[in-house]
Amino acid sequence: MTSLSPPDQKVWWKKPIDRAELIWIFIVVIWGIILTLMMPLWHIFGEQNLSTETYRTTPQRYMEKTQAFVDQYTVRTEGDRQFPVVAPPAGEDIYMVARLWDWWPILELKQGQSYRLHLNSIDWNHGFSLQPANLNIQVLPGYEHVLTITPNATGEYSVICNEYCGINHHNMVGKIYVVE
Amino acid sequence: MTNNAIFRTCPDTGLRFHGPAETLIKLNAVAAVVFLLVGGIMGIGVGLTRWPEVHLLGPQDFYTTLTSHGINVLIFWIIFFEIAALYFVSSVVLGCRLATPKLGYLAFLLMVIGALVNNYAVWSLSSAVMMTSYAPMPAHWAFYLGLILFAVGALIGCFIFLGTLVIAKKEKTYEGSIPLVTFGGLTACIIAIFTIASGAIILVPTLLWQLGYVSNIDAGVYRLIWWAFGHSSQQINVATHVTVWYMVGALVFGAKPLSEKVSRFAFVLYIAVLQIASAHHLLVDPGVGTEWKIFNTSYAMYLAVMASMVHGLTVPGSMEAAQRARGYTNGLFEWLRKAPWGNPVFSSTMISIVGFGFLGGISGVMMGAEQLNLIVHNTLYVPGHFHATVVLGTTLAFMGITYWLVPVLFRRELILTSWCKWQPYIFGLGMTGVSVFMMGAGTLGLPRRHWDAAFTSSSFPYEFPSSAMALMSLNGLSVVLAAIGGGMFCLIIVGTLLFGKKVGQEEKFPRVMVATPPTEAQYVTLHRSGNAISGTLLLAGVFLIAFVVYYFINWKYLAETWGMS
Amino acid sequence: MNENDQEEEKIPIMQQLIDNPFLLLFIGIAIPTVTYIIWGIVEIVSIPIAN
Repeated sequence: MTSLSPPDQKVWWKKPIDRAELIWIFIVVIWGIILTLMMPLWHIFGEQNLSTETYRTTPQRYMEKTQAFVDQYTVRTEGDRQFPVVAPPAGEDIYMVARLWDWWPILELKQGQSYRLHLNSIDWNHGFSLQPANLNIQVLPGYEHVLTITPNATGEYSVICNEYCGINHHNMVGKIYVVE
Repeated sequence: MTNNAIFRTCPDTGLRFHGPAETLIKLNAVAAVVFLLVGGIMGIGVGLTRWPEVHLLGPQDFYTTLTSHGINVLIFWIIFFEIAALYFVSSVVLGCRLATPKLGYLAFLLMVIGALVNNYAVWSLSSAVMMTSYAPMPAHWAFYLGLILFAVGALIGCFIFLGTLVIAKKEKTYEGSIPLVTFGGLTACIIAIFTIASGAIILVPTLLWQLGYVSNIDAGVYRLIWWAFGHSSQQINVATHVTVWYMVGALVFGAKPLSEKVSRFAFVLYIAVLQIASAHHLLVDPGVGTEWKIFNTSYAMYLAVMASMVHGLTVPGSMEAAQRARGYTNGLFEWLRKAPWGNPVFSSTMISIVGFGFLGGISGVMMGAEQLNLIVHNTLYVPGHFHATVVLGTTLAFMGITYWLVPVLFRRELILTSWCKWQPYIFGLGMTGVSVFMMGAGTLGLPRRHWDAAFTSSSFPYEFPSSAMALMSLNGLSVVLAAIGGGMFCLIIVGTLLFGKKVGQEEKFPRVMVATPPTEAQYVTLHRSGNAISGTLLLAGVFLIAFVVYYFINWKYLAETWGMS
Repeated sequence: MNENDQEEEKIPIMQQLIDNPFLLLFIGIAIPTVTYIIWGIVEIVSIPIAN
């Protein structure tokens, strides 16, 4: 009799389980409970939890809001394509557009301050991948995602796209500066 | 009906093969290997392009090759093989005629046509949209049509499996409950039905959208339902390769389940909750809430992880018990040392168990924790993880059982027997490298599905740490090694089909194809000794420690990055 | 017939459930459909519109 044949006994449900197997099952159940609890516990005690605040939007409406934000807080431009660098006050709602193939605009934030970052794509799926902090968030068209971010170190950060979005996907890089 | 059923009894295994079932198993298995070969060649192109010093392909070719690689191996190779496996564990294992063989041929034909149409769309109708084809990024309608045809064929295959179970019960070809491997097949079949139904729910409207009958496909809904297809399809693999593990235990050692109750209940947990882990892909998405994420990503309460950990103990445990019952009782590991390490059926399976557990399982649970996903989502960590689960785990298990199936089905001796010995190790080592180095690079933030992580033509180039690039070079080397191993496998199998020495239908192979199980008396003596599986238990303990340590290290990584709420 | 019935009765209820492929099929479709697909769709549909 092997695993390729029907069970030895007609009633196999009542056959006692070997002690070694029982020990393992006990350990595994405990570990499963710990794994489950880690997530709600991190919501209570951890500093990195992704907000689920989301609104339905359209490309036009989102672009209007972002344009107003850029017009209000731009401090300089950068690069051949005159990318606006936007330095909003702490605590402000800040906007970033994902589109083929830019992250727009460039943001300049203050270390240790919190901002309400709005993310949305106006065309296809994109992947907001903040390097070297290595935070990765999916960005969808039609969904305006609002999350509070708190930069913990100064420096020049890149936002690369890590969701495939067509032939220039690998050139889609944006920037976030974090200053004192 | 029963009268025209043609059976042959295999002289080596004693199994009864129903003629049409045998033909369908052969057809599906051969098609599987062909798509493995195609997809594998694409994989070489992907690996060599990611190798910074080589950077083989241009961007357009790279994205097309990557799309083709993903679909051919993750869907076509694996599902063709699974259909063959389903027919085997129903018709052959139960010694029963296959239900509606004509529909089986139709299913096969649909799957072949679908796979070809999809490949044609990817290569000739500019549909390099990756396997996930996230709407609203459009592919040619033929891309979706090919997948739908393939899925319909596979669905018919699943119903043939269920039909065969019904016939076997009615015609009493077995007594009592179905064998454990058939039960594992049933688990895979049920997951497959949910998978394929989800695929149809999302791909049919997407096809209609490309044909102009539907105006808009919502990006969030697409991702939600597509992943019920895309992730669950990989859960069919888990159920099937665990089934193959049990089967190899039975074939090589004559092993029987330590406890039918435990092993079957673990499969029931798979049926109930494995599929909701499709949520793993949506952990950093907008649109779905925290409770939804936590409940689904945790398989309700890590019930499926518990099930896998139980299988991880009971499969090697049943092998150990059989070996010990047979007399290899010295120390903790004589049973393992004296195992047939030169037999590719066994060595593939053992590498599959260890690779799936240590690399694939642990990394999968880590990534599947809601917050930890923030530091790995869409990085190379993800393909690193699933090359451990789907390639080390599933593909290697399938390769192992193929070494057993091909002689039995085709009545030919394997050619290149010394290659057979080495192939699992070469492929296993190469793929371990691929997994580990991609996971390493992903931890450093390297994106997946990306042609140029050096950003040479970007307006604002970003420079990854040089260690990440070095890992990608090591990954390239590992790809070459894995490709050699994969190439050896395809050569051995195709070569055997063409040139292997024929063994007559009545004749026996010179080697033993099925081990004689230990006697009941031997098992009784073993259980009286009280350490039937002490070696396995120790190995399981090592696994648990690795798991716990790695899991919490990643929470520490997460704690070091920007605050978010 | 009678003899068969008596034998059936001896089989514990849990084993009977696990031996029933169509019950398992129902469980395997119903649970993910409810907790993953339907719950997920409800969440997505109830997203408010941005101002």
